[in-house]
Amino acid sequence: MSCWQTIQDYGLRSLGHGERLLPRSDFTLCQQFTLIGSGLMWNIYFGVLALLAGFVLANALAVAKGAKHPLLRKPAEWFIFIFRGSPLFIQFFFGYFLFLSLKGVSPVFTPFTSAALGALVVLFFNTAAYSAEIFYGALRSVPKGDIEAADAYGFSGWTRFRRIVWPTAMRLAWPAYTNEAIFLFHATVLVFFSGFPAWQQKGDALYYASYFADKTFNPFIPYPILAGYFILLTLLIIGVFGLINRHLNRHLPQDSRPRLRFRPNLIR
Amino acid sequence: MFSYCTDPAALSGLTWLSCYLTTGKHMALYWSFGTVLTLLAITAPTALALGFAGASAARSRIRPLSWLGKFYIAIVRGVPDIAFFLFFVIALDQGIEYLRHKVKCPDWSEPIRQGNDFVVCSAAKMPLSTASQWQHDVYGFALAVVTFAIVFGAFAANVLFGAMRAVPHAQIETAEAYGMSPRQAYWRVLVPQMWIYALPGLGNLWMVLIKATPLLFLLGISDIVYWARELGGAKTARFTDYPHPDWRMWYFLALLVFYLGFTKLSEMVLERLTRRLSHGQATAGGEALRKAAT
Repeated sequence: MSCWQTIQDYGLRSLGHGERLLPRSDFTLCQQFTLIGSGLMWNIYFGVLALLAGFVLANALAVAKGAKHPLLRKPAEWFIFIFRGSPLFIQFFFGYFLFLSLKGVSPVFTPFTSAALGALVVLFFNTAAYSAEIFYGALRSVPKGDIEAADAYGFSGWTRFRRIVWPTAMRLAWPAYTNEAIFLFHATVLVFFSGFPAWQQKGDALYYASYFADKTFNPFIPYPILAGYFILLTLLIIGVFGLINRHLNRHLPQDSRPRLRFRPNLIR
Repeated sequence: MFSYCTDPAALSGLTWLSCYLTTGKHMALYWSFGTVLTLLAITAPTALALGFAGASAARSRIRPLSWLGKFYIAIVRGVPDIAFFLFFVIALDQGIEYLRHKVKCPDWSEPIRQGNDFVVCSAAKMPLSTASQWQHDVYGFALAVVTFAIVFGAFAANVLFGAMRAVPHAQIETAEAYGMSPRQAYWRVLVPQMWIYALPGLGNLWMVLIKATPLLFLLGISDIVYWARELGGAKTARFTDYPHPDWRMWYFLALLVFYLGFTKLSEMVLERLTRRLSHGQATAGGEALRKAAT
């Protein structure tokens, strides 16, 4: 069977299209590349959607945590503490079983017991909490002079926040936020190893990699393939976030712009 | 456990709960918290030692050694850690068996990798097929500990490498001006000073290590996640004296609370440690302590 045929059969396997059965014997390198790459689509799906939705919630949480009124501040603080203080793995398990019990109460929650939605919700809350802490720190480190200048120009309230404080905070937070984005994409591989079932063997990249490692009893091929895919994905994220970073810092002279540095020393 | 537990069906309310929570399997769950703490207690110093070796190698003046150190730090870049965990456990196991095979059965002619099988002679099996269950458990746990130490050693090396570079260069220059050899300057000046710079990173790493402990479950250890799933599942009266519906949600809620408490406690201890290490340091924290004392 040619490699092109394999790609046609298994290229969209993780979404349920193409060949129904996974390869069972005579594993070729092409099959491993195709299936693991196919699974990567789930990682991108989880990562992109959680990141986009999490960005909005994170901003709201960061502002709430910086608020003076305890009724706003306390819930935000607790939300951030709970999601940052406990392992994502346990959160996945808890989320899955929570949705499973809620399913018994109301059928509205049925779609949440699938990985596609339930795990997305957990990842969304998790990344929102981590990003909120970053944004909160950035909001607090907006230079005092900027705010005074805004006051002097007659900005106040919402306009001041939208035109002065928030863009500066984003600019300051961006390098740290890039790292958070990378870790989020790495964290997506946990989904199918926690409670969420991979229905009809529609799994993510690590799911297929470990499938091959189990079947061939040879970890030295599938995991390096997975690693290669993830290194490419990481470079892509750094590239995209670097472009945004350049856009955010476009008003600064060339050599005082902060450069993005990837400091890989965190997992959840 | 208690004397009134002999007939669980007749119990209700709190007494039922007290009996339920002290069954043999629940005791296994409580013991598995010990497994997690043991893992932390062994992994943290080992990872720190590996990290120290890695960071020292990375800043060595011998080229190949420095490349080795930097490669070790860089290898965790860009790849999800869980992939490393899954990879190392199999790779280490096969590596050990491969070496034992080479030593113990030198006249074995067949290849070790036959298609999808990994075949070594029976004397090279690890642990031996005649070994008792606890030996298998200990071997599995040891593999998990080594895996954790390797992965977190790379993280620690990254932190320590940064900390070594953060120590003001003038300190080293002064040491050399006093006639210390590079080795002396390293051990007497650089190493004692670097800890305060490393502490925020190491503290962070400790938190991450705590949060990585549930991944033991993926390595096939009967840890708290395993028992929470096992005990929480719905039980009918036919198989147990304590039938109950699906309670896994509550078990995982308890684990969540356990980890939150552990994180909070660690935060408090780290706060204290930072104060202690800031004494007499040329940093803002050390300066604040000095001012408060006078």
